[in-house]
Amino acid sequence: MANDAVVDKGRRRFLTATTAVVGGAGAAVAAVPFIKSWEPSAKAKSAGAPVLADISKIEAGQKVTFAWRGLPVFVVNRTKAQLDALPGEDTHLRDPKSDNTAQQPEYAKNEWRSIKPEWLVMVAICTHLGCVPDFYPEIKPEPFDPNWKGGFYCPCHKSRYDIAGRVFDGVPAPANMPIPPYHFVDDTHILIGVDPGKEVA
Amino acid sequence: MGAPMTRIQTNSRVINWIEDRLPIFSFLNAHTGGYYAPKNFNLWYYFGSLALLVLVNQILTGIFLTMNYKPSAAEAFASVEYIMRDVEWGWLIRYMHSTGASLFFVVVYLHMFRGMMYGSYKKPRELVWILGMLIFLALMAEAFMGYVLPWGNMSFWGAKVIISLFGTIPWIGESLVEWIMGDYLPADATLNRFFALHVIALPLVLLFLVVLHLAALHEVGSNNPDGVEIKAKKGADGKPLDGIPFHPYYTVKDIFGTGFFLMIAAFIIFYAPTFGGWFLEHDNYIPANNLATPSHIKPVWYFTPFYAILRMVPSLFGTAIWGVLAMFGSIALLFFLPWIDAGKVKSVRYRGLGYKIALGLFAVSFIMLAAVGAGVVGELIPEWFGTHVDATAIENLFGRFWTIIYFGFFVFLWFYSRGMEKTKPVPERVTTHD
Repeated sequence: MANDAVVDKGRRRFLTATTAVVGGAGAAVAAVPFIKSWEPSAKAKSAGAPVLADISKIEAGQKVTFAWRGLPVFVVNRTKAQLDALPGEDTHLRDPKSDNTAQQPEYAKNEWRSIKPEWLVMVAICTHLGCVPDFYPEIKPEPFDPNWKGGFYCPCHKSRYDIAGRVFDGVPAPANMPIPPYHFVDDTHILIGVDPGKEVA
Repeated sequence: MGAPMTRIQTNSRVINWIEDRLPIFSFLNAHTGGYYAPKNFNLWYYFGSLALLVLVNQILTGIFLTMNYKPSAAEAFASVEYIMRDVEWGWLIRYMHSTGASLFFVVVYLHMFRGMMYGSYKKPRELVWILGMLIFLALMAEAFMGYVLPWGNMSFWGAKVIISLFGTIPWIGESLVEWIMGDYLPADATLNRFFALHVIALPLVLLFLVVLHLAALHEVGSNNPDGVEIKAKKGADGKPLDGIPFHPYYTVKDIFGTGFFLMIAAFIIFYAPTFGGWFLEHDNYIPANNLATPSHIKPVWYFTPFYAILRMVPSLFGTAIWGVLAMFGSIALLFFLPWIDAGKVKSVRYRGLGYKIALGLFAVSFIMLAAVGAGVVGELIPEWFGTHVDATAIENLFGRFWTIIYFGFFVFLWFYSRGMEKTKPVPERVTTHD
């Protein structure tokens, strides 16, 4: 052991510091595989294929749920009365003009948030914390809203959306429910997950 | 404690042989017979040892549950039913585990309230308090992940909601959520990793923190209902005049408490294991379904106060992060309690009237928020006021009021303890001498 008198403290500090830096960098790099192992696996990623939805059996006012990437996609055949009520809701809404571009493709940024007015195709995931809102289609007073004009109500934290998935003001959810990419293959079939004019990859 | 560990005196050659190599008996003695605790502990001082008892129960029953449980989305629900129906005594082991989880929070909440009543978080016990809060955090994570494991519909949607909390973080939120779930929704990967964390990672963290909590406690010594430092008055033998050895005095007292506690626990396990849907929720007896949210989604009772705070804060500026911040803030504030409260008097017995009222209101706010979070208030409003009223608006008003009371406690305490408080004189010795 070296005598204290002959210890070069500066040299010792330098060696300790450089060893710590190199060792720390090594530990940080070694952590990468462990952190990355939590990412969705190749198997999970490949499960995100487009879904062909047959809408020929959906009556006016009815809703059918399709699973796309494990997410519930609501396809609603909206009635004229429901569509006529939409403009009247604008004043209670947070984003009536669908200005938040992350929530729908450009071709669904309109009054109905859809390609064809009557057909709503929407990822039914509440934008608050990801629950599936319930479908309350009828225009009548509901326990949660005496002036209900039809729409979606989230049981988890009571967020309300109109029949176009537009969020009400003063509820926990911050944004309108998302519209997925989709297009009409023909009059009775919708391909969920693929934009209009694009081929299936 | 604080004093160096003293070597035990014995004539046993075997014990002396071991002591020369590993002073394990001296260590055990220093933390039992050699640890002097105040002689005036009351009923509130049961809950620390009871928490330890429940921790042991959770570990033992948990080990046996893993022997039959299958951590996969396809098999988890059925394997829990298998434990309940086909495994010999499996139902008992699972009910001991699920009841233990709820009772863990009962005793921990009472234990924490005790600390607030008698000022046990104050100097020199700040680290005891902070380590205790870390235990509470680890316990919440442990309980949440354990709740996901049966893969019932409430497990699934509870996991979805709690993980989505991280999605409100700007910029990185969405990818963080995917990283936690290992998929685009809670799935097999999520369940599998939660199992790993629930049975290995978090129990190790919990045990480590409990050891530190006790080590810190035994360094500074226990507080007591009078908030008197017993080390300030020592006898000729150097032992605190108001102190008695933890063993046998408090080991005996704690065994009595344990007996009482086990009677209550056994009653629940045998006669009301779901506790009317409060300990095991009805919706969790339906397998996970990613396309249908249960109509009344709510967490287990012990998370409901924090869940209510989350719900009561609306989203502003296009983000829902405010509720999440308020929820985490409601827990984070407790960490800073030793510095928010500047009062020198520890026990509520000698503090000002303002503190007594504030602490009472804080306890009431916790219970009221629990009622809001559990949906009890939302159900009662139409019953009391009729169906024509806007139940959501009334519930929000009620919940927001108690949220303000909850946070108001800390604001009030900050100002009140800095000059406004009129305290009573603290006695020099604990008030029960006999």
